[in-house]
Amino acid sequence: MTDGNAETRERGNAAGLSEGAKSEIRRLMAQFPQRQSALLGALFVAQNEVGFLTPDALADIAAVMGLPTSEVTSVASFYHLLFFRPRGRHVVQVCTNLSCMLNGCGRILDHLRRQLGVEVGETTSDGAFTLKTAECLAACESAPAMLVGTERFGPLTPGMVDEVLSRYRRATRSMT
Amino acid sequence: MGEPVLLTYLHEPDQGELQAYSARGGYEGLRRALSMSPEAVTDEVDKSGLRGRGGAGFATGRKWKFIPKDPAVTKYVVVNADEGEPGTFKDRTLLEGDPHRLIEGIVIASYAVGAHLAFIYLRREFYHAREMLERALAQAAAAGMVGRNAAGSGFDLSIVLATGAGAYIAGEETALLESLEGRRAMPRLKPPYYPAVKGLYTQPTVVNNVETLCHVAWILAKGYEWYRQQGPPILISVSGHVARPGVYEVPLGTTIRQVIDRAGGMRSGRKFKACFPGGSSSAILPAAYLDTPMDYDALAKLDVYGSMLGSGALIAMDDTTCMVEVVARTVEFYRDESCGKCTPCREGTMWLGQALHRMLGGKGRVEDLSLLEGIARGMTGTCFCPLGESVPPAIYSTLRFFRHEYEHHAKTGTCDVRVMA
Repeated sequence: MTDGNAETRERGNAAGLSEGAKSEIRRLMAQFPQRQSALLGALFVAQNEVGFLTPDALADIAAVMGLPTSEVTSVASFYHLLFFRPRGRHVVQVCTNLSCMLNGCGRILDHLRRQLGVEVGETTSDGAFTLKTAECLAACESAPAMLVGTERFGPLTPGMVDEVLSRYRRATRSMT
Repeated sequence: MGEPVLLTYLHEPDQGELQAYSARGGYEGLRRALSMSPEAVTDEVDKSGLRGRGGAGFATGRKWKFIPKDPAVTKYVVVNADEGEPGTFKDRTLLEGDPHRLIEGIVIASYAVGAHLAFIYLRREFYHAREMLERALAQAAAAGMVGRNAAGSGFDLSIVLATGAGAYIAGEETALLESLEGRRAMPRLKPPYYPAVKGLYTQPTVVNNVETLCHVAWILAKGYEWYRQQGPPILISVSGHVARPGVYEVPLGTTIRQVIDRAGGMRSGRKFKACFPGGSSSAILPAAYLDTPMDYDALAKLDVYGSMLGSGALIAMDDTTCMVEVVARTVEFYRDESCGKCTPCREGTMWLGQALHRMLGGKGRVEDLSLLEGIARGMTGTCFCPLGESVPPAIYSTLRFFRHEYEHHAKTGTCDVRVMA
């Protein structure tokens, strides 16, 4: 479960899938009466390995699953959490739906913009964070709320946002 | 107020562990169900009066009875764990706090309809819930509650956990099935694609919500009469401007005012202004409706178009709230989540969003009020699925109850709410 926390690999000829990823996709396919049911899971396997859905990764999924690449790409393009461009190691998703809006998510989003120095949809220059808005995260009891990678935080204050960001920054540095 | 049922053990930190769950009476409903005939299990659920807690409120027992009995026909049970209706967070709470209860409910439902394969379609963003559920599924399988010869009954059931990938529309049951088949989550035509007739892989399929199946586990454990005496209970997700937002369990029919009181009332020094009683797909109700029972029929029978219990998401707003801003945010949500399949939803949400955005930007015109109303009319009863139909209620109800706010925005280019507050 590393969505949004992917260690993006070096680009170059490594934009396709490893044998390990391919066998994980085959394992997913075996769970379902029809193999295409494993497609969303397969797309996350690819995204978590490569960092985002490269043309090579999409072609590899199509080959492993016996589907047209056009179908794989079409399905992937429908969903918010599948990415066709590089993103930061940690995706920050700030909920901006009603309960969070009523509890001041605008202030939290502004604070994140300033602290990260990016606009919504952009990635910090060090590649650590991508800032995104999210629709209702079903965490309204802790509004305003956000997800960083797979971790949920709230009710947020600007101070708490700073703590979370510095914790993730430290974690990123210790990895490199 | 009755004693809590669904939330009884949610504060126990070890409730997700099989041993603790069993020690607190867990899996007794499953054992009892497996000792009965499938028809008797369905009857028990039918007599409990349970209605689906995903939003549509369809009678659960009746839904199960639509599934053909022929054992030669492959059937499936699919759990809709794609909770995404704005303001709703009770399913996530149940998944994180009591995952075995859902598993118990799945086995009971599958036994009742004769399914041997069940799927949980879990919202991708529910990472913690997924950890809890994966662990509970592994424990339940190791203990023989799920798998071949479940609980020694001779009944076989496998449960497969699948996740979404970020799409509100996947919560619509036929769109969910498309997504579970590995396609774009676009709703199917009904008829012929009623899930009970042509569901997953075109086989008869029961699609039930997480909370619904947790109720089923309790009904089979304690019997329908006991269950009815508890209210029957429902979970309400209370959020917005209340003092203590959270999931509250109340007897069906508790009034909006009482539920807000349970949540500590409005935040200090502020007055109630309006609420969505059933998530952002329901109408917005002003203070005059505070004594309405939170009950399927009472809310649906109000003289307000689109008033409903829905998923039981009560979003309370105080006197600092600009209703035009609330409606704009609501419309933008549906615009961004529209799958684009049908014209009224795709175009209607886009144009409504533009008109509201212009009004909030200080460039509104008085004619925009009838423009908003007209676009909403064009969407009413014309959309392919409930997503588009979820937009007009917020427009109509605010144009009716908070018309002066729209007019003030249109005439002056400013908002008068924050000034008043």
